Amino acid sequence: MGKAATLTDKLLGASTLVVMGVTLYLIFMWVPMDAEQKDAQRIFYFHVPMAWVAFLAFFGVFVGSVVYLWKRDVAWDRFAYCSGEIGVVFTFLVLMTGSIWAKPIWGAWWTWDPRLTTTAMLLMIYISYLLIRAYAAQDAQAARFGAVVGIVGFVDVPIVYMSIRWWRTMHPAPVIGGGPDSGLDVTMLATLLVSVLAFTLFYLLLLRQRMAIKKMEHELEGMRYELEMEDAEKWAI
Amino acid sequence: MKAFLSAVAAIVDKDLRTELRTKEIVTSLLVFVLLVLFIFNFAFEPRAETIALVAPGVLWVAFVFAGMLGLNRSFVMEHDRGCMEGLMLCPVDRSAIYLGKMVGNLAFMLVVEVIAFPFFSIFFNLPLLLPGAYLMALLGTLGFAGVGTLFSAMSVNTKAREILLPLLLFPIVVPVLIAGVKATAIVVGDTSGGSIWPWVRLVAAFDAIFLIISSLTFEFAIEQ
Repeated sequence: MGKAATLTDKLLGASTLVVMGVTLYLIFMWVPMDAEQKDAQRIFYFHVPMAWVAFLAFFGVFVGSVVYLWKRDVAWDRFAYCSGEIGVVFTFLVLMTGSIWAKPIWGAWWTWDPRLTTTAMLLMIYISYLLIRAYAAQDAQAARFGAVVGIVGFVDVPIVYMSIRWWRTMHPAPVIGGGPDSGLDVTMLATLLVSVLAFTLFYLLLLRQRMAIKKMEHELEGMRYELEMEDAEKWAI
Repeated sequence: MKAFLSAVAAIVDKDLRTELRTKEIVTSLLVFVLLVLFIFNFAFEPRAETIALVAPGVLWVAFVFAGMLGLNRSFVMEHDRGCMEGLMLCPVDRSAIYLGKMVGNLAFMLVVEVIAFPFFSIFFNLPLLLPGAYLMALLGTLGFAGVGTLFSAMSVNTKAREILLPLLLFPIVVPVLIAGVKATAIVVGDTSGGSIWPWVRLVAAFDAIFLIISSLTFEFAIEQ
């Protein structure tokens, strides 16, 4: 039975709060304004770390799925599932922040650019991951089916990206390690890195909290089942 | 290896025999494909200059939707008549069951596609023989049936059943759909697309990757 909050949880929560606060300061007060895109560019410091968290979370689903099928330890399934939930939320946020940025810069909320389309497909794959778990008959089945979809889905993502990329691309080229003209100002890079750290901590915090709740739900169901059995026995006599 | 192949063949034989006696799946899929061709004709009103743009998409949507219906039937039959337990009691590797079911599904879809292709050419005023498009349909259907058989075995065991399969399968088979549409467009005369070979290679890679993953994970999909 888990306690409400362990020391690790408290430390993680506190450091997330501090780093997130610093990140907000850097984004809105410290980092210089982009010459061309003005303030709209600041959403970049949310958009990219959120995309990073989404990929990290889906990688978590993949790892959790493989290890679950191998070891059959419920904890790994819980890790995969909770990571999947967080990944879906963050993928949705990535698409939202992207759209908000695209409206003033590209003049459209949405384009069928490879990265946008792949991200939308990514969202669909992991929504279906959550759906098959929700519709499964029992917990063990949900875990197995989820793991299969978690593995197939993760392997599929690069192929989806490749296939969609052979259309025209409109997304800004990667600014880090892109072409010879790419590259970020040092202050911008620093802000981005701090923001990535803040969101990674946030992901870990959400993950631990969600896994703890999931565990409690599981234990509660077990208790309820036992009580029902006791009740049934009493009436049987 | 020989025992493995004969187990696969036995399962394929069982499915083909059932189908030959009832002709349920192929007939309904074929009627469905033709209906989709008609419906999209009403929806898009393709004219001579837009045919190369519209026709490939119509064809592949028809194939994918029909394939979905066929896949849904595939395990419903096993599930409702208790055949799944029988198959699982067989002293064969689970991947043999997977391959057997997959080949059966693939065969039904290919039969439907072979009959549908001439109608497609006639309705959209295209050449009667489209070898590149046939190759793409063969490879694309293999990939579709490959992942589809795995997902169909899972979705039949859930509460949502028929609704769940398309939700799982469509996002995964996006590469097959894109490649199929693009390659068919090149074959029927869209000159902007270049060669069909990159698309053929992409789908071939998709097929190889997902046939391996599906045969490895199938045992988790049918485990009781």
